[in-house]
Amino acid sequence: MITTDILIIGAGPVGLFTVFEAGLLKLRCHLIDSLAEPGGQCAEIYPKKPIYDIPGFPSVLAGDLVSNLMEQIAPFNPTFTLGESAVTVEETEDDQFIVTTDKGTKHKAPIVAIAGGLGVFTPRKPPIANITDFEDKGIKYIVKDPEEWRDQKVVISGGGDTALDWTIYFAETLNCDVTLVHRSQSFRAHNDSVQKAMDMAEAGKLKIMLDAEVKELKGTDKLDAVVIKTKAGEVIEEKVDSWLPLFGLTPKLGPIADWGLEIEKGAIKVDNATDYRTNRPGIYAIGDVNTYPGKLKLILCGFHEATIMCQAAFAKIHPDKKNVLKYTTVNGVNGFES
Amino acid sequence: MEDLIKITVIDREGVSHELEAPTDMGMNLMELCKSYELPVLGTCGGMAMCASCQVYVENDKVTLERNDDEQAMLDDAWYVEDNSRLGCQIHLAPEHDGLVVRLAPSDDF
Repeated sequence: MITTDILIIGAGPVGLFTVFEAGLLKLRCHLIDSLAEPGGQCAEIYPKKPIYDIPGFPSVLAGDLVSNLMEQIAPFNPTFTLGESAVTVEETEDDQFIVTTDKGTKHKAPIVAIAGGLGVFTPRKPPIANITDFEDKGIKYIVKDPEEWRDQKVVISGGGDTALDWTIYFAETLNCDVTLVHRSQSFRAHNDSVQKAMDMAEAGKLKIMLDAEVKELKGTDKLDAVVIKTKAGEVIEEKVDSWLPLFGLTPKLGPIADWGLEIEKGAIKVDNATDYRTNRPGIYAIGDVNTYPGKLKLILCGFHEATIMCQAAFAKIHPDKKNVLKYTTVNGVNGFES
Repeated sequence: MEDLIKITVIDREGVSHELEAPTDMGMNLMELCKSYELPVLGTCGGMAMCASCQVYVENDKVTLERNDDEQAMLDDAWYVEDNSRLGCQIHLAPEHDGLVVRLAPSDDF
């Protein structure tokens, strides 16, 4: 069991900054995130986009903001459970919470701070009626252990970097017979990878089908074939071992919606007159995941919410201890030894 | 008011909504739909990176020409038709007065 003072659900910018504000109050934090890396939307959706409304930064790339936050919180030794999503929360007799992830990892803390942004990143699934029948039976939306596909006949769909990079890797390293199927003539991926894939296709190391789309799936116990339709009206049935539709990830609120929290328009209702508390004492919601009258989904507003929330967390954890606001200009940042 | 234009948005149930839009606020169609609480997520905030604001353009009040980012996103989206555009890439201007759009299907609503 992982124990901490504040258990933060979501390692986006607001979750990360919480570690800093908590650290100034000598509270320790552990973060859970479904993505494999910290940074949330900033890292997953738009790492190369500049943000212009972080006070003091005329412009900062979203990816750099995440790196800066990681550097800023390093003195407070935050710990992480990454690549797992928080699924259940239970209250214990000693007034704490136990949060369990989809992989069964258990975490215990007196305070839970939900900084889940727009939710858990889940794969965008093509709207094909029987697609769920073949999930894990020939269809996967995420490549975790590529060895799984060694020597297979694989169709990959998508026009972004993930699709292109895996197409190249599967052909080059895993001895796969790969066909990349893409809806149009142009790609969203980096030009280098596009050029490399095109060159490999020319050399007969992989196949690329443009202006084409997988429209039907065939098989009984497992996926046997995909039916590809082209813009020109051709219909091609390809025997395959696997199909990888790699169309990126989209956030969904997910299991947190069942935590007994008041939800309004897909966000968690909090009390903004006090400290961003939810209707469950000890559970707070900060950043894009919450809602209240006048709510603005801005990183800078999330930073403010995190700061206020940490003061409340301190009062709840140490009800009898005096605490005054400390300025970093006066006291500096005193990190944890271990 | 001079700066106001009228936009018709047909939701996924086929209901028409007449929206009044200011043209001096740098607003796009996705933001307009959200401000009227129509079921449009706008997950990426308007960066043409999620396609949750896809609409079908039903008259000639806006061009069907897509910008590069928008085209690339629609190449990886579903239910795309020749008249598909991303609402976030339609920046409302006086010439859009009378525009009619229909919301594309969504997995989120």
